[in-house]
Amino acid sequence: MTKKTLFKKVLIANRGEIACRVIRTLKRLDIETIAIYSDADRQAQHVLLADEAYWIGPSSASESYLNMDRIFDVVEKSGADAIHPGYGFLSENANFARRCEAHNVVLIGPPASAMVAMGSKAQAKLLMAKADVPLVPGYHGDNQEPEFLLEQAKSIGFPVLLKASLGGGGKGMRLVHAAADFVESLAACKREAKASFGDDHVLIEKYVIQPRHVEIQVFADTHGNAVYLFERDCSIQRRHQKVVEEAPAPNLDEATRKAMGEAAVRAAKAIGYVGAGTIEFLLSATGDFYFMEMNPRLQVEHPVTEMITGQDLVEWQVRVAEGLPLPMQQDQLGMNGHAIEVRIYAEDPENEFLPSTGTIHYLGTPDQTENVRIDSGVVQGDEISVFYDPMIAKLITWDVNRERAIHRMERALTQYHIAGLKTNIGFLQSVVGNDAFKDADLSTHFIDDHHGELAFDSVGATARDYILAALYISLSSSEQTSQHEPWNSLTGWQVNSFNAQKFVFKGEEENIQVLLSVSGDSVSAQCGDLCLVVQGEVQGNELVVSGDYSGRVTAFVQGEQVALFRDGKSVRLEQYSYKHSAADETSGGHLKAPMNGRIVNVSVKPGQSVEEGDLLITVEAMKMEHAIRSVRAGVVKTVFFEQGSLVNEGDELIELELDEEE
Amino acid sequence: MSILESKINTHSPEYLANREAMEAVVADLRGLSETIKKGGGEKAQQKHLSRGKLLPRERVQQLLDPGSPFLEVGQLAAHEVYGEDVPAAGVIAGIGRIHGLECMVVANDATVKGGSYYPLTVKKHLRAQTIAEQNNLPCVYLVDSGGANLPRQDDVFPDREHFGRIFFNQANMSAKGIPQIAVVMGSCTAGGAYIPAMADESIIVKEQGTIFLAGPPLVKAATGEVVTAEELGGADVHCRTSGVADHYAENDEHALQLARNAVKRLNRKKLIQTDVVAPLPPRYDPSEIYGVVPPDLKTPYDVREVIARVVDDSEFDEFKALYGTTLVCGYARIWGIPVGIVANNGVLFSESSLKGAHFVELCAQRKIPLVFLQNITGFMVGRKYESEGIARNGAKMVTAVACAQVPKVTVITGGSFGAGNYGMCGRAYDPRFMFMWPNARISVMGGEQAAGVLAQIKKDNMERVGETWPEAEEKAFKQPIFDTYEAQGHPYYASARLWDDGVIDPAQTRDVLGLSISAALNAPIPETRFGVFRM
Repeated sequence: MTKKTLFKKVLIANRGEIACRVIRTLKRLDIETIAIYSDADRQAQHVLLADEAYWIGPSSASESYLNMDRIFDVVEKSGADAIHPGYGFLSENANFARRCEAHNVVLIGPPASAMVAMGSKAQAKLLMAKADVPLVPGYHGDNQEPEFLLEQAKSIGFPVLLKASLGGGGKGMRLVHAAADFVESLAACKREAKASFGDDHVLIEKYVIQPRHVEIQVFADTHGNAVYLFERDCSIQRRHQKVVEEAPAPNLDEATRKAMGEAAVRAAKAIGYVGAGTIEFLLSATGDFYFMEMNPRLQVEHPVTEMITGQDLVEWQVRVAEGLPLPMQQDQLGMNGHAIEVRIYAEDPENEFLPSTGTIHYLGTPDQTENVRIDSGVVQGDEISVFYDPMIAKLITWDVNRERAIHRMERALTQYHIAGLKTNIGFLQSVVGNDAFKDADLSTHFIDDHHGELAFDSVGATARDYILAALYISLSSSEQTSQHEPWNSLTGWQVNSFNAQKFVFKGEEENIQVLLSVSGDSVSAQCGDLCLVVQGEVQGNELVVSGDYSGRVTAFVQGEQVALFRDGKSVRLEQYSYKHSAADETSGGHLKAPMNGRIVNVSVKPGQSVEEGDLLITVEAMKMEHAIRSVRAGVVKTVFFEQGSLVNEGDELIELELDEEE
Repeated sequence: MSILESKINTHSPEYLANREAMEAVVADLRGLSETIKKGGGEKAQQKHLSRGKLLPRERVQQLLDPGSPFLEVGQLAAHEVYGEDVPAAGVIAGIGRIHGLECMVVANDATVKGGSYYPLTVKKHLRAQTIAEQNNLPCVYLVDSGGANLPRQDDVFPDREHFGRIFFNQANMSAKGIPQIAVVMGSCTAGGAYIPAMADESIIVKEQGTIFLAGPPLVKAATGEVVTAEELGGADVHCRTSGVADHYAENDEHALQLARNAVKRLNRKKLIQTDVVAPLPPRYDPSEIYGVVPPDLKTPYDVREVIARVVDDSEFDEFKALYGTTLVCGYARIWGIPVGIVANNGVLFSESSLKGAHFVELCAQRKIPLVFLQNITGFMVGRKYESEGIARNGAKMVTAVACAQVPKVTVITGGSFGAGNYGMCGRAYDPRFMFMWPNARISVMGGEQAAGVLAQIKKDNMERVGETWPEAEEKAFKQPIFDTYEAQGHPYYASARLWDDGVIDPAQTRDVLGLSISAALNAPIPETRFGVFRM
């Protein structure tokens, strides 16, 4: 494919931040942009940003962003001459790539054959071995003689991992540190393998100590050129989810960088790759690197590469897809400074990082500068729904070196304020602020190794926080008055007394009171034993305080909920308000959905007796299952949903007739 | 723009002395106010709380919008009247906002003598209703009272302005479309039962509120029937069976929320037909009033110094500034609301009376609310003035003030003596609100004058029969008269008897006026028709 077609109209077969990011480059290139959207995304940013937008189906991805027929309908209707698939959804779908060819529309991505080649891990490894790309050394053969296996292990080099060939999930796996332990461990491993899988076949792999995840960005064109745009270190992962990404990889010597880059280029060329791709390597502490897999798409973390190379990878993708040669040769590419990216997610670190769906009631971000970049697809008021990935934004910082880039990131995170749902911002702060991270002591085990030093719990409110929240509410409510009446303005006014206002917040055990009394310009605030005399002023969402405490805090109030952002931390408070519900006394029997999701299983029927802790219903949200269990023994009265139903947070799922408590 | 320029030097010895004197009386007032807010005292409050009830002031606070001002009236009611402490006459009354609407709240304080109605409790309840009726304010009654104070039934029950008038007012306000909402949060016995029964909508708290015409003891005495209070008139009876109450509340908090909901559903809106603009604070700190006003009522000072510390931007357009100068009249705004100010700056002469009458007429014509700053020893006396007809001219002013239908608010800032009280819109002239400063005095004449007059008469009689009166005896004769006048003219004495709506900190004058006049704007300002002016 060497014909050149300059694109006039490109359809972005994606949503969220990546769709917005692609549209921005296309606009700069003066190419018309076509968005597609599902029901949930009618008002999404990518829709508002694009020149044209087409509805393609209901909210669930399988009926919309994965629905090829609908997408090709839009291609027909809109006259798009290319499709940018973003990442995820159809971006690595060979069938989609083939159908694009059939519809005579260019897919901005690798050819179907390359996707197929990398789709099968086993086949990929064979191809890579042929192309002289290093693989994790190991023995996967049939000879199971202990002597022979020991020899293999010695040639691989200790430590090694013994694995049951049929195994998985860690079962029948054994780490062997030295040759002396090998035979005994092998025997144990075989016994376990036999017992667990009915087959005692084992394989041997090199065990990489303190492994780092370092990946190489490659680019290839249709003219046979391929280059690498250096590496990204994505070692900070949680359950194989990348948390922090940076470029260049810290402490990577030039020789290894070059070796990895060239290996990656060989890998791309071996499969006739075209476009942007990423070769993921495992980098050992000794500087050895081993091929893991290739991702035939633009990566989520591509911005860090853009920040250090000064290149626009989407522009490269477009030019390559148009049939043009790569914009630059390898020797023209260079690195400048250091870039770090974190992924800001709507998730609850306190609760095993469960997705936190809901509305972003307040969104305050750091200013975007040449040092701070935000790739996001949402604005204040948008919803993070159950249907898609709960990523809110990617925050990227750049500076001349890693230390400064980290400093920029720490600052930027303190300025990232989100209210309405839970986020991992506090957790990210603890990661990038961690000494080991600053010392570039990286490995894919980082989060486990430093678990105790990282912040998973939400920040508890202090007496001062309650005072600040009360002050903000008090000052902003008198500020907001549209009518110039004394009844609006004289907050807390009383005859023959200072203006006093009482605020009651929900505390962990009992309610917490804050008393504000105003005398002239200053406010005397009392919460428990803490008394502060301060002057306060509200500017938008900011409260500027001086006096016994001086500082600036950002606050946002939504109903009873108050989000306070101070000292770079986000604190949630709730104002007490009496709520009467007829169901109060019996709420134990009314079980509600913990989050928006889908019912994947209903385990009980009406009339059935259940014991305390019995599984009643299972809700799936974001690929995670949440079991709803009985709080007490009782009888199932009503089941309100059936398998497959979508439920919103707070929906009553099941009603139990609870037995009397003893 | 006519901005008042203060000539006060806040560092002068006079200013500092004045301030010190005023601070002392204000401190005393604040202390008294704090004591009164404690209701029936620590022990009674604990007992009240132990029953799961909220204290009455907490109830009021939860009923009102968060941060709502509370313009309390009659805070000093019954202060040192009955020989026993009846703080605030056992009932809290005032205006506050509920869902953005200014409402009159009347809350019994069961920690004060069980919330029973003393004569002044009745008077205060009726006064609150009058304010509500005149200013078109919805009424919310938080009922927790054992009913009439039986030992004082003759001063509580039979007369026109006694207990029965409460229900008469409820019926007639309801007829005028002024909502009447009752929350039964405790006893509501006998006559009191009519408060929820007469209300447009009523709420009762489970296991706390009871409504019955006769309580269990009386029932037993009358018919021998033995019944508990809850069975006789509890929430279940009245919400499920009798229909006396409309809403069933789980507890005080719930009841107050239901009351707030009831107000939210009133479908009312405050329609202001007056030219209200964004308010500006006075250019001079209102608390400087302390140093402006001399402690001795006889020491003259320029009332414009007070006005400069009350009105928006200290802007005051004076009317007839060069004529009848002992009365200062002019236009200003308070909290953005246009007002006409009538303020004494000396004794009233014919000219000042004529000027006052003219100005009141103007304001009534233009529907501008009137503010009277009363500091008046009376109309000028003497042959010259009588002969030129000061009574006739004074009458013109009295007629104008009496008939003016615009909201009138009076603040007694100094002396309120004799007919000056009438011309300057004293209580009898139906100001919508009337307040007193703690340094003020009110009586038919000053104590010295009264003692002097009485002594003169006695002396004349003695001289007629040829007796002489030693000076020491004359002094001994005058002293108790002077003392009585002094005691009875004291603002606490006046306010305890509800001759006004409260004694206020002078520094709060602007806010009190702003809240009062703004509340008054809930009622449309009617046309005025004046009576015959004696020409």
